[in-house]
Amino acid sequence: MTIEPQVVQDLLQTARTRGATGGDALLVDSTSFEAQVRLGDVETVQNSHQKRLGLRLFFGQRSATTSTSDFSSASLRQLLDDTCALAQAMADDEHAGLPEPDEVATTVPDLGLCDDSLQQLPPAERIAMARDAERAALDYDSRITNSEGGSYDSSQGDVTYVNSHGFIGHYRASLASLSVASIASDAGGMQSSSWFTAGRRMESLQAPEALGREAARRTLRQLGARRVPTQKVPVVFDATVAAGLLNHLFSAVSGSAVYRAASFLTDGIGQKIAPETVTVYDDGTLPGAPGSKPFDGEGLPTRRTTVVEQGVLRTYLLDTYTGRKLGMRSTGNAARSAGDAPSVSPTNFFMVPGTATPEEIIASVPNGLYVTGLIGFGVNPVTGDYSRGASGLWIEGGELTYAVEEITIAGNLRQMLADIEMIGNDLDRRRRVMAPTLKIREMTIAGS
Amino acid sequence: MTQTLARPADFFDQQYGMNTTSLQRVLDRTLSPQIDYADLYFQYEVSDAVSLEEGEVKQGSKQINQGVGIRALAGEKTGYAFSDEITVPSLEAAARTAREIAQSASQSASVAVQGAQAPAHDLYAVQVAGTDIPVQRKLDLLQQIDAFCRAYDPRITKVQTSFSSVHKLVLVATSEGKVVGDVQPLLRLNVTCIAEANGNRQNGSAGGGGRVSFETFIKAEQYLDLAREAARRAVLNLDAVDAPAGTMDVVLGSGWPGILLHEAIGHGLEGDFNRKGTSAFSGRIGERIASEACTVVDDGTIPWRRGSLNVDDEGTPTSRTVLVENGILCAYLQDRLNARLMGMAPTGNGRRQSYAHMPMPRMTNTFMLNGESTPEEIIGSVASGLYAVSFGGGQVDITNGKFVFSANEAYLIEDGKVTRPVKGASLIGNGPDVLTRINMVGNDFALDTGVGTCGKNGQAVPVGVGMPTIRMNAVTVGGTQ
Repeated sequence: MTIEPQVVQDLLQTARTRGATGGDALLVDSTSFEAQVRLGDVETVQNSHQKRLGLRLFFGQRSATTSTSDFSSASLRQLLDDTCALAQAMADDEHAGLPEPDEVATTVPDLGLCDDSLQQLPPAERIAMARDAERAALDYDSRITNSEGGSYDSSQGDVTYVNSHGFIGHYRASLASLSVASIASDAGGMQSSSWFTAGRRMESLQAPEALGREAARRTLRQLGARRVPTQKVPVVFDATVAAGLLNHLFSAVSGSAVYRAASFLTDGIGQKIAPETVTVYDDGTLPGAPGSKPFDGEGLPTRRTTVVEQGVLRTYLLDTYTGRKLGMRSTGNAARSAGDAPSVSPTNFFMVPGTATPEEIIASVPNGLYVTGLIGFGVNPVTGDYSRGASGLWIEGGELTYAVEEITIAGNLRQMLADIEMIGNDLDRRRRVMAPTLKIREMTIAGS
Repeated sequence: MTQTLARPADFFDQQYGMNTTSLQRVLDRTLSPQIDYADLYFQYEVSDAVSLEEGEVKQGSKQINQGVGIRALAGEKTGYAFSDEITVPSLEAAARTAREIAQSASQSASVAVQGAQAPAHDLYAVQVAGTDIPVQRKLDLLQQIDAFCRAYDPRITKVQTSFSSVHKLVLVATSEGKVVGDVQPLLRLNVTCIAEANGNRQNGSAGGGGRVSFETFIKAEQYLDLAREAARRAVLNLDAVDAPAGTMDVVLGSGWPGILLHEAIGHGLEGDFNRKGTSAFSGRIGERIASEACTVVDDGTIPWRRGSLNVDDEGTPTSRTVLVENGILCAYLQDRLNARLMGMAPTGNGRRQSYAHMPMPRMTNTFMLNGESTPEEIIGSVASGLYAVSFGGGQVDITNGKFVFSANEAYLIEDGKVTRPVKGASLIGNGPDVLTRINMVGNDFALDTGVGTCGKNGQAVPVGVGMPTIRMNAVTVGGTQ
């Protein structure tokens, strides 16, 4: 059963006759495909089709959000009843409401987010990519003895957003990714590591063979990993794990954490939080990028926002609600899934890369840690306290030596930001939160 | 919405026309001579949530999540298709997609579908769905908690509370003709407090619930304990010092610290990793992996618990599986596919997040049985170390066995006494090794408050953990000092 935007507009209109003062709706129709090959054989193939309608209604400053995947007229009537009843049971929230009419997007730019050739690629060729990638990893070295498999995933979504200001916008987006998880073993035990490539277009994917070799290379270098003694040393985050630090920075500048005083950067605007070499943008308008979209989850145009400029925190990232809570305007960072009210989310959130190569950064460290893997959730957004399980390679005399594991790295995010000493030229563009290699002056390693 | 309390088989028949004939028709289309096994998983889930911030209602939401997943197994291959549309034509289309995995000819098989069975257990029969409780009653509860936390200490500056209810109907129909349904309620309360003093800001949180009715939840007054815990932790952390770094003796309190077992050994004993030989525990059944004091169990049959199920998501009755008995590794946790491929019996641990996910081996409630020491004896035995009583989250690398988990309430132990609170402590270790370091096991067994959610391959499922107080020798604590 399909649903037309007109039906959604009619639903908002009916809500008005029931006393609603405004509302919006999101319609998401998506298909996905996933294939996994292990040791050369197809292990799973998965196909899906899902569609969901999310409805948010305001009765003055009371609101509720509901969703359904059942588009029968009886179900939509029930949805409307439920939403009206739920909203009216809520208390007034003076900050609740749609964005101002003049904030809403007037055009829907084509950002090149959808590649139809991904949909047309026959399943056999998708499976072949996963198989080739895994094969390249298994063939790389005799110590690659096992595999968690090679996977090809793709999805395509149709997003329609309608609000009672009269906005109606639509866009399509695709995404594909290819990954390999390989396992290496020797007398000392097993190590597993994975590598992936992802993009909105077929041509942005790394070739399967190169991907498989990279997965194998990263797995092999962890063999023989050992612990190191407890000490304080410089720590170099490779671009993949540095993206995790940018994620923590995003959480700290997200309006929803700030108005709850649940961020270590609460009251931080205008403060110098990092060296002058650090500039961070959120930019939803980059053509074909993983976090780009023409309008946000409340119909506002996406844009480029300077979050950190030469080390100074310039703004928080906001949707309409958190903006009003803080006396500011939305930065167009509302994300929306059909079932939930809008929430603040990054578009493409990235640190501007520097000029040093990763090799030059490693060469600057006489004795320290090159981190390539992190596990655990030891990050407190309120205080910035940071302690996570780490693995990687030990740096001696500016060179990578043996592998290390079963240690933690600890510090405080506020201090870690201030201690960014070098920024790599190797921005990892695979995800919507992106970072280059980063060197932190000093962190505490806990080990043997 | 009282329809949601109906028997699942009747519900899916009345709502979507999924009677014995339609189930049989779709299973016939899924099965072929090359397909060993096929199943259908129907889900109709109603969920709602309300939250309160600064004493004001923040938002309310309600969702209906319905759909069906169709799976075809051929040897080690799985074909899976899912859709949120539950009609015979859309199921037939999905069935064709799922069976393509076996590249089989168009011939179909014939399945004799039996009438629906009741599940093997009846662990959480609630009379009124949580989602049918008027929203005002939930808001009243949150208001009461909010007021309680604010009155707890003047340094509490922010309180956030939320309450969510899930009412899930599932129906599993298999190519063996079996049809079994279950009604799975789940309630969950969260409380987070922020305390501030002299420019120092700290948080404390607590959560809990289970597969219980709203009335039972209110009557048990657990919510007052959770409110007190959240407020107490926030205020406590104002005085906390930075955690130490290095190797020391560690005492874990009872209850939720059982997350150690979940991360350090539970995941490594899931059948999929062991079939593939990718777990640090692969091929080690019968070996000693812990001191004799340690017996570890996974039990999906404890009444009213968040991690319990009457049947797993493949229709297999849940059970109690002894994973480690007196230190010896005894068993893996299995779903149907991995049990068959390993020549073992399913243990009722085949779980999935929703119809949009394939089942895989997952834990239910995982815990260590009581030992003989009192908690006081255990703490008193440590000259210098760490006492950790509550944790945030944990994670494990299955292949090399390394795990880490992070304390959100911990103290130093000095001369056998609990002294200053510390913040920012993680514990890191190696699964096959860590249980050998347990040299004292307490007699104060407790399960957690009903707070755990486990993530694996992008799927989240509710779980439980439990443990008595234990002492571990020479564990690495990852602080800064």
